This record gives sequence, C-alpha cells and structure tokens, in this order.
Amino acid sequence: MSANEATDHNRRDFLYIATGMAGVVAVGGAAWPFIDQMRPDASTLALATIDVDVSAIEPGMSVTAKWRGKPIFIRNRTEQEIEEARQVPLADLKDPVARNDNIDANAEATDLARSAGEGKENWIVMIGSCTHLGCVPLGQAGDFGGWFCPCHGSHYDTAGRIRVGPAPTNLPVPTFQFISDTVIRIG
Amino acid sequence: MSGGHSTYSPQTGIERWFDARMPLPRLIHDSFVSYPVPRNLNYAYTFGGILSLMLVVQIVTGIVLAMHYAAHTGAAFDSVEKIMRDVNSGWLIRYLHANGASMFFIAVYIHIFRGLYYGSYKAPRELLWILGVIIYLLMMATAFMGYVLPWGQMSFWGATVITGFFTAIPLVGEWVQQLLLGGFAVDNPTLNRFFSLHYLLPFMIAGVVVLHVWALHVTGQTNPTGIEVKSKTDTLPFTPYATIKDAFGMVLFLVMFAYFVFYIPNYLGHADNYIPADPLKTPAHIVPEWYFLPFYAILRAITFNIGPIDSKLGGVLAMFGAIAVLFFVPWLDTSKVRSAVYRPWYKLFFWLFAINAVFLGWLGAMPAEGIYIPLMQASTLFYFAFFLIIMPVLGLLEKPRRLPNSITEAVLEKNKASAPLPAASTETTS
Repeated sequence: MSANEATDHNRRDFLYIATGMAGVVAVGGAAWPFIDQMRPDASTLALATIDVDVSAIEPGMSVTAKWRGKPIFIRNRTEQEIEEARQVPLADLKDPVARNDNIDANAEATDLARSAGEGKENWIVMIGSCTHLGCVPLGQAGDFGGWFCPCHGSHYDTAGRIRVGPAPTNLPVPTFQFISDTVIRIG
Repeated sequence: MSGGHSTYSPQTGIERWFDARMPLPRLIHDSFVSYPVPRNLNYAYTFGGILSLMLVVQIVTGIVLAMHYAAHTGAAFDSVEKIMRDVNSGWLIRYLHANGASMFFIAVYIHIFRGLYYGSYKAPRELLWILGVIIYLLMMATAFMGYVLPWGQMSFWGATVITGFFTAIPLVGEWVQQLLLGGFAVDNPTLNRFFSLHYLLPFMIAGVVVLHVWALHVTGQTNPTGIEVKSKTDTLPFTPYATIKDAFGMVLFLVMFAYFVFYIPNYLGHADNYIPADPLKTPAHIVPEWYFLPFYAILRAITFNIGPIDSKLGGVLAMFGAIAVLFFVPWLDTSKVRSAVYRPWYKLFFWLFAINAVFLGWLGAMPAEGIYIPLMQASTLFYFAFFLIIMPVLGLLEKPRRLPNSITEAVLEKNKASAPLPAASTETTS
C-alpha cells in the first residue's frame, strides 16, 4: 500500500466525498417528509365545491358564502354600480389585470371581465380576502362604494378592483358557474 | 474577567467526589459566586436576571396551562374559558402567563435599550449582542403563536395578517403561506401546529440564553463607564453583591407584575379576543399586542411602491428590516467610546430614538389613515436613520468627553462629588 500512497489518497478523498454526498442526500430525504407534512393535507386539498342559491338576492344586495375556509362575496350590483365601474378608465387602476380564474389570466380588468360575463354583468363573485394581508373587507363601503378593508385601509370599487391603499391586486374571482338561472356553483 | 483561574476549593467529601467526576459545583461557584462583576453596575444591569426569571415563570405557567388547554378550533376558546372559570386557580395561572408575556417584553426592551445606551454591543461583545437579537426574535415568534391559541377574534385575525406577510414574497409567497397554515386560510391545522411550536420555542430560547450567558462570561459585563475592567479593585464578587442587587430588582419587578395580574389583568390585552374567532368577520380594528406596535406602524408606513417593489412587499421588508438592522449595530456604530455617558451627541440621539420608538408604538395602535400615515412615515424614517446614518456618522464627528482611567477612578470621583464620604466607603451602586 505504501508504494501507492498518492493513489490511495485520491481514492480515499473520493470515498470520503462520495460518502459525505450520500449522507447529505439521505439527510435531505429524511427531512423532506417533516417539511412536506406541513402542507395542506388531502382533506383540505380536496377541491370542495359549494352551490349557492342566489334567487333571493335583489339588486344592491350581497351574500357571503364560505369556501375553502375563506369568505366568498356574491353581489347583485345595481345598474348605477355597474355604470360607475364601467366608466373607470383602465389607466386609473392600480392592478390592470382581471384576476378572474374563469377567463384568460392576462385579461384586462374591465368591468365585464370582472363580472359573471355577458348577460350576467350584474353578478360579481369574489374571494373576500383582502389581497394585502387577508382581512375580510366590508361591503358597500369605502371611497368607491365597493369594499373597504378596515385593517390597513384598502379601498375596492364596485367591480372589486383595488383603487387606493396597500393591497397590491384586485380581489380574485374564483372558478364558478351558473348551473341554473339562480344557483352558482363555486369551485 | 475571562480565563481567570477558578477559586473554587471543595470543602467536603461530597464536593470533592463531584469535583473529580463532574465539576458542576465548580461551574456554579465560578459563574455565580466568585465571578467578578464591575463594581459600578446600576439597576439597568439587573434585567438580565429578571429576564431569566420571566422565562422560568412563562415555562412553568405554560406547562400547567397546556394540561387544561385543547388545541382544536371547536374547543380552544371554551377550554380557555374553562381554565378561567372551572380549573382551580386557573384564572391566576392564565393571567400570570398572559401578563407574563408583556412583562417579559417590558424587561427585554429595557435590556436592549440598556445595551444601546452603554454600547454593550461593541467589540468584543458582538456575538453576545447577536445572540440577544436571536433570543428577541424567538420571543416574538413565541408570543405571536401563543396569542393565537385562545382562538378569539384577535387571535384569528392576527394570525391571518401575520401569515399574510409571507404572501408578499415574490413567486413562492403563496406556497410558503400554505406551508405555514396547512391550508388556504387559518384553520385547525394552523392552530395545532402553533400550539406545538409555542411549546417548543421557549426551550429553544432557554438554549440560546445559555449561549448568551456563556458569551457574557467570556467577555465579562460592560458597565456604565464602558471602560474594561483593568484591576481587581474594579470588580466585586457576584455573590453577594450582584446576587442581592439582582434579587432586589426582581422583587420590585414582581411587584409591578403582581399589580397587573391582580388589578388590571386585561389592561394590556384586547377586548375583541374574548369574542370567539369568526373567519367571516374581521374586527373593525386589528391591532397586535402592544409589544409589536412599533413594527406594525413601520409595516403600515410603506403605502407606496418603490421601483419594482410594491407597497405590500415594501412594508414587510421594512418591518423585518427594522429588526434585522439590530444584527448590524456592532458595526454600524463607529465610535471608539462605548458608553453614552461620555458621548453627549449620541446621548441626545439615543433619547430621541427612545422617544421615537414609543411614538411609533402609539402610531401602531392608530388607524392607517389621515395624518397618521405621514407621521408613521416620518417616524419610520428616523428609526432607520438612527441606525444607518446617525450611528456611523456620529462616531466619526463627535468629540467624546474625557474618559476616566479606570472604573475605580470613575466611582471614586463620583462619590467625591456627590457625597462628603471618605473614599474608603465607596458604594457599589452608581
């Protein structure tokens, strides 16, 4: 062995490094389940859908449903509220993206793109969780007659678009559809 | 003070038996009996001991509370009320724990400001200071998670807002938040894991406290003059001098603690936390516990985008930055002189900083609207300017007062000036 000392050193270095690397991989592999267990579990992830009957909601009224632990705002807007939202130039918006899961991800935040679509412009369905830090905004409030978050003062307009305050984006519109004229299925 | 030879000599057979096998009595003797402390320590230096006491109080009361508490969204609120009404002495133990958290923070803030005033963070005590900042961070995490456990409205919405900070991180923010919450919103998995971690973290604090005290005993304590110990006459043995002084400080502190517990137990809390958590209704006014208010004001001061950083991320970065900047204090302060006693300008700015910190706390409790926003912004600006501009620049410009040659000289001079006592009977207090 002593005759091949240089070679031995190289082989030993290789074995040390290889063993060390294998050890790192093993520790990482063992640690992963302990991190992974913190993520939402199967029952939480199971994509729950809820059906909401909106037949009793007259123009100007709104209801709050609960979906995935978060409030869902469903508002039947008045003609005047829709008109107000329509007249806002897109350049005035802090967040110009519609944030509507039912349409193209890059769609512009027009009033139509925020609402339930052609013929159902009066309906607006949004996750009622302020995009700042997750408080529930108050309805029919704020400088723009839409929603107002009491926590840090974000004002949303009647189409749920952020206009003033620290919230970075418009209130998100979840996946939903009218399964009949009066029932909305969320999720 | 460091590396001094042990003065412990075992007297009895049992002590000798231990000393040869595991010299724990020697360690205790050298650390808490014969350990030399500067002779001029004042009462500001008793808060380390008070903090150790508070950690013990929190762990003991917390373990007892955990015996009666149920970490489930359906049962948590009621189990806390059961502790208050049914469990024998439960009200006392819970009020001790809840107010104990506030007392812990009062003590830690005095301890930190003491360090800032007397320059305790300067070489060779940088690591000692950094370990202290780590303890402070762990305390904040522990207190936050503990506040969620009663599952009242403030618990729930405080947890929602604070875990919401993480959504500000670009790209992975949502994923990180869901990892923390174990769901899409604060719910049962969140409560369960917060309970588990709230139980764990105090023991991690205890571990870092051991390192903190170890580092302290290597470098030795600072003192109000900021001059290092030079001779034996500069110091006194820890016992009885520091022991008695610390004990007296603890007694006074416990009197204040008891006043809160027995007379105004809910003064520092928020009434909304006696309303069970409701995921569909946010309280009109979310405020964190008082000890987080200055940072809450800094969070809300950033209402504008800074280049590519939007206001939300900016607020979160400013808030975390306000704590992170503490880690760099040992290198931000460029002055050769440690103590503010000999730094007239630093002393002035130190007190302005202290007033500003209290003002930020007051602003933190105010709504984020009107005049409060520019005030928060101005106050936040001064907070950062103190560390990033005033500290480095003052050290270069300021002309410090003449330093005494030694601690002994400083003490004797002071006594000569203040009382017509002979120098031989110098007091240990300053």
